[in-house]
Amino acid sequence: MTRKVIALLLALVLVFALTACGQKADKPADSGEAASGGDLIKVGIINLDPSESGYRQANVKDLNDTFTKENGYDATFVTAPTADKQLEAAKGFITSGMKYILVSAAETTGWDEVLSEAKEAGIKVFLFDRMIECDPSLYTAAVVSDMRQEGETAVAWLESLGLDEYKILHIQGQLGSAAQIGRSDPLTEKCEATDNWTIVREGTGGDSWDPNEARKIAEAAIDAGEDFNIVYAENDGMADGVVQALDAKGITHGVNGDVIIMGFDCNKWALEKLLSGEWNYDGQCSPFQAGAIDKMIKTLESGASIEGLNELNQIISEEKGFDATKITQEDIDKYGLG
Amino acid sequence: MRLGKKASSGLGQLVIPLVALAILIVFNLFRDVGFFSIGISVNNSGNKVLTGNLISIIDSASELAIIAMGMTLVTAACGGQDISVGAVGAISGAVFVKVLQGMGAITVPTVIVGVILCCLATIAFKLFNGTLVSVFRVQPMIATLILFSCARSIAYWINGDAAVQLNSPIISAIGKTLPGIPIPTPIFAVILVGLLMFLVFKFTSLRLYTQSVGINQGAARLNGINPTAIKLISFVLLGICVSVAGVIGVCRLGQLNHKTLLVDIEMDAILAVAIGGNSLGGGRFRLSGSILGAYIIQMLTTTLYAMKVAPVNVKAYKAIVIIIIVVAGSPVVKDWLTTRWNRLRAGSARANAQKEGVS
Repeated sequence: MTRKVIALLLALVLVFALTACGQKADKPADSGEAASGGDLIKVGIINLDPSESGYRQANVKDLNDTFTKENGYDATFVTAPTADKQLEAAKGFITSGMKYILVSAAETTGWDEVLSEAKEAGIKVFLFDRMIECDPSLYTAAVVSDMRQEGETAVAWLESLGLDEYKILHIQGQLGSAAQIGRSDPLTEKCEATDNWTIVREGTGGDSWDPNEARKIAEAAIDAGEDFNIVYAENDGMADGVVQALDAKGITHGVNGDVIIMGFDCNKWALEKLLSGEWNYDGQCSPFQAGAIDKMIKTLESGASIEGLNELNQIISEEKGFDATKITQEDIDKYGLG
Repeated sequence: MRLGKKASSGLGQLVIPLVALAILIVFNLFRDVGFFSIGISVNNSGNKVLTGNLISIIDSASELAIIAMGMTLVTAACGGQDISVGAVGAISGAVFVKVLQGMGAITVPTVIVGVILCCLATIAFKLFNGTLVSVFRVQPMIATLILFSCARSIAYWINGDAAVQLNSPIISAIGKTLPGIPIPTPIFAVILVGLLMFLVFKFTSLRLYTQSVGINQGAARLNGINPTAIKLISFVLLGICVSVAGVIGVCRLGQLNHKTLLVDIEMDAILAVAIGGNSLGGGRFRLSGSILGAYIIQMLTTTLYAMKVAPVNVKAYKAIVIIIIVVAGSPVVKDWLTTRWNRLRAGSARANAQKEGVS
């Protein structure tokens, strides 16, 4: 009897787990089948988990709002935080006969095989938000932010402060992601090349860009008696996590504080912190790529070819960095996410 | 004679955790005396804050200490653990945030309503676990596996908006410090929950009932105790603990992340119960042991941080020390140590007797 109950429960657990994972993917697919008689364009979209950050929420919402049935698409959405699950989803899309696949990759490498398969199957691939390290011929176009440019802008801003010494607490994003590499590299290169720039401690928020993990890293650094005057966090959430640790430990930050706070993504709440002087810098990263991809797909569908791509088949969003001493309410209204 | 032995065996449960704590303290004293220094400074919001490693240990261990108390009760009554505490904690946080958002403003009354509703919701989820365990007699590990695997998804449904920011002085007062009081607020939460537990056990026979259900359910029933009710009560108390921890977790960060709120805390809580010398098979228990266990775990973490171990690597180092503590507290080693100790005492007693005889 007990055994039967346990077996039943385990089965329930499995069902729960399945519904939990498959939720997002199932719904649109069902509605797609219902309307399969029409000439909707079948699109498979692979993204990261919306819970990752304010950036991702805005990004997922943008895609959901663009690739709708009304707009002529039969879209299947999969959100997965890790590379293996994304690759699995991509393989699934290839076998289920998608016409287009859109990818924001968890990791920059490891996609060659799947993308070649897609190409052989005649599926066109668009990259959005994050680049993949592969031959540019494997994808039709990439609508991305130049993450390296974002990093360089931030480092240049930091340099313009003309501090005597740069002691940096560096909170990295998901290791191996284009956003992390692009934002980390300019900083690490600068620190290697310049004597008075040192990275006091380096840590990562992990795959979910976790603010709590960032808080722990900051706490660890403070507990270890490490002295830093700059926090370079690779997204807003993690910067906020560090700020929580600083507040709890009685360390001042921001425009008139001891520690300079830098974040990325330009969430509205983060820009408000710039305006109130609690933070110092926020680098922009546009999450709105759906419109551009929509336009390109419609162009291809009409038989024309896509123009205006660079040698890497990219369309790059224009982005800037905000300084706490210069930001205005109009900036927040115009550029703030969420 | 017998009474004396009984009293010492009660303390005996705390020997291993106390020794572990002492070793950690001595180790830190030798490593760096400054480890225990406490300072005071002013943060951005103008609040005075106590600083220092000791404060961080006591502060950061708060959620763990609170959940460990509840876990001890469930362990004692059911002879198994609730592994869904972290995941259900995410639901607590989500409900708390949802209520605050629903009421539009973050004021003292709305926060109180939020805490109460989140407490009720958490108790409901814990009663689900409790019913499976007590009524349907499913093994606790399996019964709680259900919520362990799906509670974070439920938290997401409750509050799909991922990185919700709670910018309010009240929230930071709960998560950090109250204005004018430099001691971190979560510490008061531990004291409050501890006091609640103390009063419950002081004025009811719950301790006796819980232990008798944990030791022998059948015998307890024959003596007029309702095991189902006792088990359910333990889950209700755990629910209160989890909701408090969830609220602290949310307020600490000023935002809700259903994926990482109280993540992995169930394992640390079970560990705290074990380090505290409580049997994971149920029966006799000591809350003080589990609380001590929680602080030992946190002290270990903070010590490793102070030794400049990266947070990513901390778990591996922690594991080594924990293996030593757990093995030292295991029945085999304990028996061996006890016989050694008795022999030593007997030997010295004999030597003393001989000495006295000679003189």
